[in-house]
Amino acid sequence: MNHWIIAPVIMPAIVGAVMVLVMRGNLALQRAVGVSATGAAVAVAAALLWSASHNPPQVYFLGDWPAPFGIVLVFDRLAALMLLLTATLALIVQLYATGSGWDARGRHFHALWQFQIMGLNGAFLTGDMFNLFVFFEVLLIASYGLMIHAGGRDRLRAGVQYVAFNLVGSTLFLFALATLYSVTGTLNMADLAVKVAILPEGDAALIRVAAVLLLLVFAIKGALVPLHFWLPGTYANAPGPVAALFAIMTKVGAYAVIRVFTLIFPPGTLATGTLIADLLLPAALVTLAIGAIGVLGAATLARLAAFAAIGSIGTLFTAIALFTPQATSAALYYLLHSTLATAALFLIADLVLERRGTGSLRTARSPIPQSGLIAALFFAAAIGLAGMPPLSGFIGKLLILDAARNHIATVWPVMLVASLFMIIGFAIAGSTLFWKPHEAVGEPIAASALPTSALPFIATGILLGLLAALTIFAGPVTDYLTATAASLYDPAPYIAANALAAGE
Amino acid sequence: MEYLVSSAVGLLTAAGIYLILRRHTFPVILGLALLSYGVNLFIFASGRIVVGVPPIYVTGAAGYADPLTQALVLTAIVISFGMTALIVMVALGAFLETGHDRIDMPDGEGDDQ
Repeated sequence: MNHWIIAPVIMPAIVGAVMVLVMRGNLALQRAVGVSATGAAVAVAAALLWSASHNPPQVYFLGDWPAPFGIVLVFDRLAALMLLLTATLALIVQLYATGSGWDARGRHFHALWQFQIMGLNGAFLTGDMFNLFVFFEVLLIASYGLMIHAGGRDRLRAGVQYVAFNLVGSTLFLFALATLYSVTGTLNMADLAVKVAILPEGDAALIRVAAVLLLLVFAIKGALVPLHFWLPGTYANAPGPVAALFAIMTKVGAYAVIRVFTLIFPPGTLATGTLIADLLLPAALVTLAIGAIGVLGAATLARLAAFAAIGSIGTLFTAIALFTPQATSAALYYLLHSTLATAALFLIADLVLERRGTGSLRTARSPIPQSGLIAALFFAAAIGLAGMPPLSGFIGKLLILDAARNHIATVWPVMLVASLFMIIGFAIAGSTLFWKPHEAVGEPIAASALPTSALPFIATGILLGLLAALTIFAGPVTDYLTATAASLYDPAPYIAANALAAGE
Repeated sequence: MEYLVSSAVGLLTAAGIYLILRRHTFPVILGLALLSYGVNLFIFASGRIVVGVPPIYVTGAAGYADPLTQALVLTAIVISFGMTALIVMVALGAFLETGHDRIDMPDGEGDDQ
């Protein structure tokens, strides 16, 4: 067994716990340890990605219990990709939080950050449905803490809504898992894949209920319309760097949909047929439309960024809902792009808020310090999210449109018109923020009152640089993603890796 | 037995859903707690309801109660307990900051970010 597979879960768990216990009062030490731990996570994830691209799926048997009786971690190309994306995003945003002083505005920021990484990594690695639920809860409870970091009236109220919404989601998840278990008698994903495929017809209705319940749960996580109501309030009221990290949280829902509905309920399963795709595609297109309209109509910068995130989720789920290897590979490319681009936009929104005092897009204000640099960053992020050349959003959308040739009448118009709406929305917001002639409303914040660190700008720059790199190296990246998508639609090696015990 | 368990699950869930649709934080939290009780019973029942059999397989016994669902219920109880404690704390914080415990955010509030 390759013991490095468990490292992305164990490492942050230990570091986070040690931070709470012995570094409570020492912010400098927390910063140093936290950033180096996340840096180590990036290194491990990169090494694991290399290993995944040269090996078939590998299984880590926790406690050496054989599957399906024990809990397993399954490490394949998709998991490796998500691990690297999580670690990279977490490291960059953590640098931003350190540079901008956000981590000093409340307690235990870096410890919660590590627990958040642990939950995310665990959710991407696990090969057991109940364990997936547990890791969802781990990442959620860390996110509750991060969401209300630094406190404040609106943040706490938005926090209550966020927690309540997700608790309902957790309950639904448990109902789905219990239904699944009562029909199949197993919760190991590979074992489920085998058992669902040979299920007697009499059990089809029950398993269909379980599949749709699971889809609902993942749609809540992914903020798919009509289950997206938690997202704008949460993202707009969360601290800037936390909202940027949450860009990966919605992708957990996307990951879970890809994993469960290619492995356990692949299209053509007797019980579900094309039901999942039929539900997912309209929801995704409406999500995209609502995101684009929201970008056009948002009254504040933070809400604009939140609706841009919803729009990118809509695009992502549209590609997933097609359920073909080509479309899934395009979806994974867009997933990488949209995570980085959304995070960059939230960081830029935070930079603007810090200097402007208000994110309102209805009133022009005095020009902000460093306006030129921030405007350039905003311009680049807007290009990326709207999907215009030369950044990777354009390639991502092109790949998705190409994969959706069979749905030319539905997918193409929605996606293209939504892109237009987003371009207009970003243009209006950008000109209000950076260009409009300004009335003397309020004093501009003095440049001397701002934190002097260049780290926030470097962090935002790296995120946008990664978008450029994703564009330049689109060839090798899509090669890896094509192989990943192909392996998702041929689950035999994944199931074989679990070495399911024969007979029961 | 089956009717008792299934109607209990249904009743708890229905009451929970009614309560989470209320406008104030306190009934919503109670509703979430009731929902989690309902789901715990449901998980328990997913291992089949049997009476008078050994808890774990022994040779010669006619059957055994499924121990896995009991482990799942324990995990679910621990998690929902922790989460309920957390939402009580967050809601308390929000109540102390705002002076009321309405869960919805009126228009305009929170838009100044």
